[in-house]
Amino acid sequence: MSRYFTRLKKRRVYSWIGRPSFIDRKLKHVFYEGLCIKTDGNANTGCIRPGHYILIEGDEDRSYVAKLLKLYDDGTGTRSSKHAEVQWFVRFHEVPQNKRKQLGRDPHPNEVFLYEIPNCDSDIDAETIITTVQVQHLEEDSPFPAAQSQENPLYVKLSWDGKSFSPVNLDLLLQSGGKPVLPASSHTDSLPKPDLEVSRGLAVDSPSRPTQSARKQHSSTSKYSQSKELSDRQPSNVIFTPAARKKLQLSNSVKPPGSKLTRDDVLAELLDEDRAVSSLEAEVTRRRAVASKPSSSPSKKPRDLCIRLSPIRGGQITQDHQLANRIQIGPRLQPEELVKRTLKRESGAESTEGETPSKRKDSIKKDASLDILIEDGGEAGGPVVTMTPRSRRKSAQVSSARIRQQLNYLNRNQSTDFDVDDDEEDVFLPTKKDLRSSSEEEEESESESESVTGRRGSRSAVPRTPRSSRKAPSRTPAKTPNKTPRRTPSKTPVPRTPRTPRHATPSIPSRTQPTRKPGNVLEEARARLHVSSVPESLPCREQEFQDIFNFVESKVMDGTGGCMYISGVPGTGKTATVHEVIRCLHHAAEQDELPSFCFIEINGMKMTEPHQAYVQILQMLTGQKATAEHAAALLEKRFSTPAPKRETTVLLVDELDLLWTRKQNVMYNLFDWPTRRQAKLVVLAIANTMDLPERIMINRVASRLGLTRMSFQPYSYKQLQQIITSRLNRVRAFEDDALQLVSRKVAALSGDARRCLDICRRATEICEFSSQRSGSGLVAMSHVMEALDEMFSSPYITAIRCASVQEQIFLKAVIAEFRRLGLEEATFQQVFRQHLALCRVEGLSSVCMSEGLATCLRLGACRLLLLESSHRDLHLRVRLNVSQDDVLYALKEG
Amino acid sequence: MSKRKSKENCLTHGECISQAQRMLRERFCHQKIPGKPFGVESQHKHLLELLKRTAVHGESNSVLIVGPRGAGKTMLLNCVLNELLEVKHVQENVLQVQLNGLLQTDDRIALKEITRQLHLENVVGDKVFGSFAENLAFLLEALKKGDRSSSRPVLFILDEFDLFAHHKNQTLLYNLFDVSQSAQTPVAVIGLTCRLDVLELLEKRVKSRFSHRQIHLLSSFRFKQYLEIFKMQLSLPEDFTDRRFAEEWNQNIKSLYEDRSVEDVLQKHFCSSKDFRSLHMLLMLALSRVTVSHPAIKPTDLLEVSRLCTMDSKANILHGLSVLELCLIIAMKHLNDIYDGEPFNFQMVHNEFQKFIQRKSHSVHNFEKPVVIKAFEHLHQLELIKPMEGPSVRTQKEYQLVKLLLDNSQIMDALQKYPQCPTDVKQWAASAFG
Repeated sequence: MSRYFTRLKKRRVYSWIGRPSFIDRKLKHVFYEGLCIKTDGNANTGCIRPGHYILIEGDEDRSYVAKLLKLYDDGTGTRSSKHAEVQWFVRFHEVPQNKRKQLGRDPHPNEVFLYEIPNCDSDIDAETIITTVQVQHLEEDSPFPAAQSQENPLYVKLSWDGKSFSPVNLDLLLQSGGKPVLPASSHTDSLPKPDLEVSRGLAVDSPSRPTQSARKQHSSTSKYSQSKELSDRQPSNVIFTPAARKKLQLSNSVKPPGSKLTRDDVLAELLDEDRAVSSLEAEVTRRRAVASKPSSSPSKKPRDLCIRLSPIRGGQITQDHQLANRIQIGPRLQPEELVKRTLKRESGAESTEGETPSKRKDSIKKDASLDILIEDGGEAGGPVVTMTPRSRRKSAQVSSARIRQQLNYLNRNQSTDFDVDDDEEDVFLPTKKDLRSSSEEEEESESESESVTGRRGSRSAVPRTPRSSRKAPSRTPAKTPNKTPRRTPSKTPVPRTPRTPRHATPSIPSRTQPTRKPGNVLEEARARLHVSSVPESLPCREQEFQDIFNFVESKVMDGTGGCMYISGVPGTGKTATVHEVIRCLHHAAEQDELPSFCFIEINGMKMTEPHQAYVQILQMLTGQKATAEHAAALLEKRFSTPAPKRETTVLLVDELDLLWTRKQNVMYNLFDWPTRRQAKLVVLAIANTMDLPERIMINRVASRLGLTRMSFQPYSYKQLQQIITSRLNRVRAFEDDALQLVSRKVAALSGDARRCLDICRRATEICEFSSQRSGSGLVAMSHVMEALDEMFSSPYITAIRCASVQEQIFLKAVIAEFRRLGLEEATFQQVFRQHLALCRVEGLSSVCMSEGLATCLRLGACRLLLLESSHRDLHLRVRLNVSQDDVLYALKEG
Repeated sequence: MSKRKSKENCLTHGECISQAQRMLRERFCHQKIPGKPFGVESQHKHLLELLKRTAVHGESNSVLIVGPRGAGKTMLLNCVLNELLEVKHVQENVLQVQLNGLLQTDDRIALKEITRQLHLENVVGDKVFGSFAENLAFLLEALKKGDRSSSRPVLFILDEFDLFAHHKNQTLLYNLFDVSQSAQTPVAVIGLTCRLDVLELLEKRVKSRFSHRQIHLLSSFRFKQYLEIFKMQLSLPEDFTDRRFAEEWNQNIKSLYEDRSVEDVLQKHFCSSKDFRSLHMLLMLALSRVTVSHPAIKPTDLLEVSRLCTMDSKANILHGLSVLELCLIIAMKHLNDIYDGEPFNFQMVHNEFQKFIQRKSHSVHNFEKPVVIKAFEHLHQLELIKPMEGPSVRTQKEYQLVKLLLDNSQIMDALQKYPQCPTDVKQWAASAFG
């Protein structure tokens, strides 16, 4: 079992390494150079430093992959005060399913994608970091290396920007998503191009490289550690530099030393030019001193650069470039500019800041920048750096403009070169990894086995990637919220009941013969008028639709959460409108106009008790099964822990009032989760009464529900008419008057669209029956009248008319007794006396008490009378359930 | 010669009678569905069409069959189902679930029963596994997965529908109706109830989902039709084994049908109730009087049976009481008269009884008080008197308040018929005051 699967059992202890290196006074953030993870019951400790690739605790035992950019303490002193900034990677299963096909090939189990969604939350709790992991960059076309027995690194080929896959832009690979966490000099990175021989060589041995390089690193450890010790003693925290440099050498000894050093030199030069920054210069020089191979004199460099640039100026760039196997210059231009600008900014800032704090800041910034420089394969930085000073020189400005022109031109024309370029980059990228691993070699050497096993574990459990954990594997993109069978196995056993057989998929057996299709106009109309038939659009709810749509859309766009309360009497299209909104939003998400989101629906009526809501939500979100308590805990954890890559969840809670409990904790949680920053939960709550929040909710629940409310008014007759017409959709089955009658009648009674449709459907049936005898085939007024009568007429009067003589007399006796008493209630004994008297008047043979009671109970059974339970016998109290007038009216006619 | 031959062909007389009795009893006990229901043609057609559409077109429906007890709701439904299932491809396709509100007293039991009857996968043998919540989700999932065109339609028959409305939150009804109103597995929910106000029992959202189709069975037939039913119910079919016996039997029934006294009996029955069950009960009793020596139902049989049917049960009990108990009843009657129906206790009754004894000491033996208490308790056991408080309230027996469950008229009638009732007692009963 890999380490991080068992992490729930083993507590990890996190501690900072090194002194706080930089303090952001405003935010009270204290930055650190590393994080030490110690696992209980294991003597090994692992150290994680910015630049490492890490596994982060995800949901349900699945981990996320990211690259650590920065470590800091937010100074609150609480347990979770340790923070980290990361660049995320996604696994294939975290990509929304509807976008997966865009990859166009099967993903490698260990493949990850650079996550390039601009404003995702890259700030995580550092204590969720599990361990380090190896990530290798592969060129897009290159095959994945065969799995190795000991350790399988993860591979990056493409990046994922939420909409499509694209080749990894090293720029983004190396900078944090969105927030420029690191000093901008990191931008230089995209350029480092190795000499071809180097990259070739690397490409050749790349499959076996990890182990080899590791060995190499081991061999050089002693040397490295010396330099590290040295640097540790330095106050300037230049820890990574020496290691990285050394690594450069190790990984490509062919590399001319000059190009490697240029960067520092150039930096130094740049800083020199900014005269105010003497302290920084000192630091840089110090660092240079630390470096294993001291530089050649900086003064030489500019010339060097000029020489290199000359072929470009000469206008034979393409040829030269290709022939010399130099890396394409086109894409370099921009980063170069960036570097220039940012360096300027940096130096400017330095100049203004005070001595001690700024120095600290500077140093850490520089560290980080250097770190990055190194990471991306610093030795290749030659061309970039060479160009930087050039553009800064006044003399070169004219020519630089020309170059830019040229480069732009090339950029446009040489897409092929681009590819080559990319490939080279890809091929070369692994060195960066080596660099990284070498730099952390010492710390990691003990815990290496640990991380390796961890990595292997992550690979063996591919389907358990964090993102996929949120959706059950079988789910279709989100259009239909996953309702995978309840029988899916769960990790949390429910002890009380015997489990149902696993994997039983519930289904109603399918029929042997197909259903018959509607044969005539009336049948067609009936099919269309059935409430279940989904209309193409929902007429008459445009405003409500728009409001809900805007609400959900804005929340999904912003990645925030919120609640909305929707009320309305039954049959006014609340649920249908929400579903319509979701359908549209899904469509928009498919069209990439919107970040994808996941829609789940629960219904208070469709669960046995309110706490089942947790179980159902959890199951739909993750496919997990759990008891209500456990599910509540899991959901609480899920919605309170940050997970930047999580897509927004839209939760529809239908029949909200049934989720009421005495303590109202279900409602409370449902409305509290959306207020969490990380939850990204949008709750749409539906109930019938407008004042539900005020009526049944305690203040803290009502307050969380907020005031985003909407009420659906009952349909007016015009709207009902429109609904029927739109459903019928040019199937001519109704006379206009008939439609109007139905809609007016229903609007006057309830405004329930379901009722309206049901009446219409019944009217078509009546029409069909009658048209067998005669008729036009159109549903006319008479048919509708009949249907209305059937549905709305009270059965009481007919029932009384159809009752037996004794029953009728008994009813009369009840009324007589009521009149005598002046009350609306009498005992059976009293009524029965009246009954006997009436029988005599009517000339009927008298009945005995038993029969009389039987008659009374019969009337009670069909609720013409309201009776007490019959064991009271003679003293049974009798009341009428119909008005006396109705009874008399019915009996008079009969 | 020919006579002997025919005898050989036919069954013996006794066998014929027993066979006829078996056949008719089956009919009266509703074990055998009559071919066509009587007097409810339009309802029959409506229901048949509705179920056909569910079975054939996969259209979801819901309907309530409402009518007083014994009006033939279940019979109508069974007839329709029989007719429906005669169609071969319907029979292959339709699934049926029969529930009864008296058996499935809550949703948990109902769900298990549905799952069992549908033979869903979490059924092993006759046992349904899983918790209530799981079962609900499972069933809903199952129903949701189906669609109109491919799934077998399910007919849910809910007998005593009104009782389902008393289940918590009406979860089952909501979900069944919801399925019937959404594009899921086609279902037809058929509710049978005798409550005319059944729709008022439904919660508003459950009500909204119900299609509001109600088929009322209100037994609107007249006496003439009632007589027809009587004849039809008693007649033996044409294909009876012994044709001659059947002919004789039917001839006899025809004469009964035309008999004046029989008509009176039936008229009285019809007046009191149009319920088919009570008619069946009458006929059943009449049928059981038929023996080999008494091979046909005579009008007198029917008269006698009718008298049995309409007998007052309490009056019968009174005939079996001792004189002492009768005296106590009379004392209570007087107390009722004096205090206008207010409850009384044993001591009051005893006092009243003592007064009577003192006046007419020669006619009735003066019993000890414990004996009188015993008699009083016996009346209590016979439920002729009923204590006002529940059994939990512990008061001394003598002072426990009780009420008499007899009407004066019943007491007087009983006294008239009571064998060898002392005249003093009769007089005491008839006198205005004790």
